[in-house]
Amino acid sequence: MTDTMTEVAVVAFAESPRVRRNDSTTNGVEMLVPIFRQLFDTTGLTKDDVGFWCSGSSDYLAGRAFSFVTAVDAIGAFPPTSESHVEMDGAWALYEAWVKLLMGEAEIALVYGFGKSSAGLLRRVLALQLDPYVQAPLWPDSVSIAALQARLGIEAGLWSEKEMAAIAIQRRGLPESVEDLLEQPFVADPLRKHDCAPITDGAAAIVLATGARARELCERPAWITGFEHRTDSQHFGLRDLTTAASATAAARAAIGGNVDVAELHAPFTHQEILLRNALGLGDAVRISPSGGALDGNPMFAAGLARIGWAAAEIHAGRAGRALGHATSGPALQQNLVCVMEGR
Amino acid sequence: MRAAVLGTGQTHHAARRTDVSMAGLCREAVDRALEDSGSTWDDIDAVVVGKAPDLFEGVMMPELYLADALGAVGKPLLRVHTAGSVGGATGIVASNLVRAGVHQRVLALAWEKQSESNAMWALSINPPFHMPLGAGAGGYFAPHIRAYIRRSGAPNHVGAMVAVKDRRNGSLNPFAHLRQAEITLESVNSSMMLWDPVRYDETCPSSDGACAVVIGDQAAAEASARPVAWIHATAMRTEPTFFAGKDHVNPQAGRDAAAALWQQAGITDPLNEIDAAEIYVPFSWFEPMWLENLGFAEEGQGWKLTEAGETRIGGRLPVNPSGGVLCSNPIGASGLLRFAESAMQVMGRAGAHQVPEAQRALGHAYGGGSQFFSMWVVGAAPRP
Repeated sequence: MTDTMTEVAVVAFAESPRVRRNDSTTNGVEMLVPIFRQLFDTTGLTKDDVGFWCSGSSDYLAGRAFSFVTAVDAIGAFPPTSESHVEMDGAWALYEAWVKLLMGEAEIALVYGFGKSSAGLLRRVLALQLDPYVQAPLWPDSVSIAALQARLGIEAGLWSEKEMAAIAIQRRGLPESVEDLLEQPFVADPLRKHDCAPITDGAAAIVLATGARARELCERPAWITGFEHRTDSQHFGLRDLTTAASATAAARAAIGGNVDVAELHAPFTHQEILLRNALGLGDAVRISPSGGALDGNPMFAAGLARIGWAAAEIHAGRAGRALGHATSGPALQQNLVCVMEGR
Repeated sequence: MRAAVLGTGQTHHAARRTDVSMAGLCREAVDRALEDSGSTWDDIDAVVVGKAPDLFEGVMMPELYLADALGAVGKPLLRVHTAGSVGGATGIVASNLVRAGVHQRVLALAWEKQSESNAMWALSINPPFHMPLGAGAGGYFAPHIRAYIRRSGAPNHVGAMVAVKDRRNGSLNPFAHLRQAEITLESVNSSMMLWDPVRYDETCPSSDGACAVVIGDQAAAEASARPVAWIHATAMRTEPTFFAGKDHVNPQAGRDAAAALWQQAGITDPLNEIDAAEIYVPFSWFEPMWLENLGFAEEGQGWKLTEAGETRIGGRLPVNPSGGVLCSNPIGASGLLRFAESAMQVMGRAGAHQVPEAQRALGHAYGGGSQFFSMWVVGAAPRP
């Protein structure tokens, strides 16, 4: 990248209520329309001001081919719009939109992600992400795979069940003590209920804008200074599951200095510790003031929401530099880091 | 910044590629694209994968499992899904990464292994607030074709003419799924009626297949020992599936995308300035329909180009010299195949289906309920 590149900032963010099950259909429209409204009210924009739309969602979550197709009804996409979609968390849709803005093909982008996890049995649905020939037929579910990772880290002395419980208390504001939590039964040894993100229906949306437009729309835009993502192998035997090389590589390329706050997409308590280590975040860095994915994990929106909450820290003047992280795939296979700064 | 296609690769497309796994199918295309582009794995900065619904193979986000096979470990991996237009969108997203200056060389791959499931039933869906979609894509699009025939007054044999042309073109393409040099108007017209007026020989097959393209920046293109295909313009547009006033025959999103494309490419008279077009024609009649939607002909006049033989190789505008979607339809890959075939034409690497002296070519794809459009123009020389 060169110094002459267009500057792009997150100027607005909205998230739908994080609930176990909402009344929306799987096409996301009922979740998206209110948060689009919120973004338009905040920025004074209308849909016609948006030069590029990009979204992230999953057909498998909806249980239907082409589930995102009718999500564009939430836009009111006529006259026709410039629009694209990734079968990934909305954080990667944000990346695609960021590239589009860097090219100068649009000045304002609206990016959204949505997921109705309650439409199926999430841990079984996610088992279908695995190698279809040798792993998926055994139906290892997503919680059990995370448990394998947690166990490996405990045995390597990288984290403990106590530290994991303490994270759950912080993120969710639980009234129980660590000792209370450790008396709870296992969901998948060594993970207890408090270690696992709740199953959540929800959506998130972000407005990106370039240079002068960003300053018009937001008093303190969150300027993107580094945006990188990498992937690891999925095969558990080929990876060190106690870390995430892809997260480390993305962070090295993106961070360039200290950050004040990091919103981590860690759906399991041990993964927060793993990610702090992998991303090289020191003790001074505030972690997930929003509560993170442990407080609400709408699939395909939670990563985008992390970037939104990190940007919100800058918008509010609580942080000078903030990091938003997103993950995808079993046991943190794929990781994305977006670093923003206020000025 | 400028970007160019450095090389392309595709699989032999067939109804059932039971000789390869999904990873093996993808690698067949990728290995050919790396070789054609003179690239090694180390040259590739990022991988962009496109395919149509995951339910076609029964694997959720299969690129996650494919990361090793696609050389994506340690690299950025993006997965695009914009319905049937996805192959085109995949090429455009990959080219954007280069044009934005984020990467120097990007691998785009699009694929579908339809034999893993039954696409027709995977497409017979029940979306919220809409009429259920029964009997797959053919059942959905046939009424739009009937509306086109009624509006334009096109004679009934035009659809069969497209089928004959494309299947004969396919016989010149060693990778095509259907290669029918002996097909005739009579044989098309005696094939089974599937969705009136679409007969069996006028519909695309279900294919297993993949297509890969390596896109490089200006330095990579100029360093290439072989001709490259410079990307002159790209466009994508979307509209809803249904709304009051939607024109399913000549959708606004397609017209808008084409207008933006021609403007960006500096083209004012596409029929005269484009030398070859690879257009997404899954049912024969979509050739004249899209000729009009793309601005190659006035509304209601597209069928006249087809009927006059102008869309054959040697005509004014050869359309689908590769045989197109009517000969090979690995759905997710079909759009990128159109894009790759357009690049092959201007690189002079289209073999027996080469359009002589093709300087500028169009690649086109559409998807959903005629609502997602992606297209590009490539040229033998950089855009002045």
